[in-house]
Amino acid sequence: MTTRRLRLDNTVIVLFALIGVIIIGAVLVSTVGRNFFSDGNIRDILTGMSVLGFVAIGQTLVILCASLDLSVPYVVSLSSLIAAETMQGRQENILWAVILTLLVAAAIGLANGVIVAGLKVNGFIATLGVGLIIKGYLATEYKGTAGSVPWEFQLVGASGLGPVPISTIIMVGLAVLVALFLRKTRTGHHMFAVGGNPAVSRLSGLRTWQPVVVAHVMCSVMAALAGLLLASRLGVGSPTVGSQGGYDLLSIAAVVLGGTLLLGGRGSIWGTIGGVAIFAVLDNVMSVMQVNPFLKDVVRGIVIVAAVAIYTGRAIERRRARFSKDASGSAGTPPVDAEVAR
Amino acid sequence: MNERSIGQSLSRAGLTLVRPRGAVFLLLLVLLVWITVLNPSFAEPGQLMRFIQRVAPVAIVAIGQYFVIVSGEFDLSMGSLVTAQVVIAGNLIGQDDSRSIPVLGFMLLFGALIGLINGLVTTLLRVPSFIVTLGMMLALLGGILFWTGGAATGNPADGFRQIGRGGIRDVPIIDFLPWSALLLAVILAAAIWFSRRPFGKSLIAVGDNVTMARYAGVRVWWVKTSAFILSSLSATVAGVLLVGYAGVHPSVGRGYEFIAITAVVLGGVVLGGGRGWVVAAAAGAFALEALFTLLNFAGVPSTMRDAIQGGIIILAVAYSATTFRARRRRGPLETSPAMGKRPDPTLDPVSPALQDREPAGQRTDNGGI
Repeated sequence: MTTRRLRLDNTVIVLFALIGVIIIGAVLVSTVGRNFFSDGNIRDILTGMSVLGFVAIGQTLVILCASLDLSVPYVVSLSSLIAAETMQGRQENILWAVILTLLVAAAIGLANGVIVAGLKVNGFIATLGVGLIIKGYLATEYKGTAGSVPWEFQLVGASGLGPVPISTIIMVGLAVLVALFLRKTRTGHHMFAVGGNPAVSRLSGLRTWQPVVVAHVMCSVMAALAGLLLASRLGVGSPTVGSQGGYDLLSIAAVVLGGTLLLGGRGSIWGTIGGVAIFAVLDNVMSVMQVNPFLKDVVRGIVIVAAVAIYTGRAIERRRARFSKDASGSAGTPPVDAEVAR
Repeated sequence: MNERSIGQSLSRAGLTLVRPRGAVFLLLLVLLVWITVLNPSFAEPGQLMRFIQRVAPVAIVAIGQYFVIVSGEFDLSMGSLVTAQVVIAGNLIGQDDSRSIPVLGFMLLFGALIGLINGLVTTLLRVPSFIVTLGMMLALLGGILFWTGGAATGNPADGFRQIGRGGIRDVPIIDFLPWSALLLAVILAAAIWFSRRPFGKSLIAVGDNVTMARYAGVRVWWVKTSAFILSSLSATVAGVLLVGYAGVHPSVGRGYEFIAITAVVLGGVVLGGGRGWVVAAAAGAFALEALFTLLNFAGVPSTMRDAIQGGIIILAVAYSATTFRARRRRGPLETSPAMGKRPDPTLDPVSPALQDREPAGQRTDNGGI
């Protein structure tokens, strides 16, 4: 019960932050004589959310398990290429191309998971290594964009219901599914357990490798969906589309911004979506106000740190209350709890 | 020294080479021999000095990153800081040699300031260092590109560039002693000295178990902040060397944070802190560059470098992780009688001591980020 209230609280804080950002953004945008809430602008923001949203949902799962996935940008690029090359601009290839892309991504995720959980390689290094391997493959095999995507598939990235793009609807739908997965299934619960404390989970009889592997597979599949979406928007596959987007670090930042602990074990999908939305609103406001693109990065960097600084203060306060009430945390609390107990 | 003790120390050295702590030296040795077989002129002292000159910036950055990683944190801002310093040197010194010294002083101050900010935000505001330095990485790079308008400016005066490209000529045997090799030697010596002082010990203690370190009277915030300052200063020095070696360009230094982390991890330093040796971290940088050199000589296309680098670091860390496990059996947990699993005294003679030293669940292989 406590956990549920805590998780709700985290998400509520992110929601307030998002509302704050939207209000400030709307005021700033109106000072240059534009309407923040116009259909076009809302569509821009939601479109900006969807790609990072896919990646960040997967990243949330991995971070919940106290791992990381730095290979996502290369999975994104690889997926866009596999999809575009398999489709060859023909409508009848769409289904097969999507299945093949997802299968390849799942295999990469499986490799990540096995290296992390089986070989006990730190997630940072394992996924950095796998990412480098894919990057090397991409750089060797492809000199530029390749393949082509049929018109029907391009519609996925281009069309929308009113101001809401289809891609964002799919993203939110998947977020609902993953949130249900975390809340209702055994593996979902085990992800929190293993991320929170692998030692205690093992003593409780969990197979600690299983949730980690599942999380990595799901993360790579989510990244592949992001790649499919980008292929649909670009009309071709591109070997650099993922690394240009900086999806590895941005997705981690969005997850942490959404209140998920980088140490694992605490967090929520909706917080992550909130974090992604904050980024999207920020980007949109800066674009509308024609901020220098280099200055955008400065603002983005400062916002990430400042938001997490405000946020961690609160989150740690909550955790402290919980652990003193339980009075059982002394044996197995992860380092951060101990740090707070000072 | 009698014969037996020589034999003992030899066997001990041999054992160290196969352990994670020393494996990087074995790897380095193998790579260097391999390169020499492919290209015998590599073993000439002059060529070796050139090699050291090329590795020096990477090794210095790795030494700086070592301090941060061993204290249980990350520094992702190093690459951007290297770029920033390179651009600062190019813009502020220009063609005026007399400005070299004041600008050098300013760069060191700027580096220290960045480290101080990273450290204080991490320790006092309790933001994970991954996020702090990620934000710093974005902000620094964006700021420096905004300042220059995104275009590279001219190289600074030649006098300043001599630090990175020049050296003492006509030295016996090695012919040419680059300044950067000397600088690397000095920094490595200083780093070893730091690690042996109480500061180095408390750094490892903080990385291993922050609570225990605090109870033992370590000023955690200051120790960690110092580590960040050291790492930023090392990035500054690497920037100074790279200005001379590579010139001024906004892409100089890109990816250095990951190269540094890779080198440190190759050196057997455990991500999450508490275990590692600074000399091995520097050797990791050498091994990584030797690997690149080898791939170059072997005619492997440069695009495949990344893939091979990726494979090597996974293997290296998997090796050290599984060896650690075999030796410790994850000590406290699996040997505890409550586990119901039979402890294996033959495999694990040290575990009871470890059990006393580390409370259960404080350290795990994956959870340290």
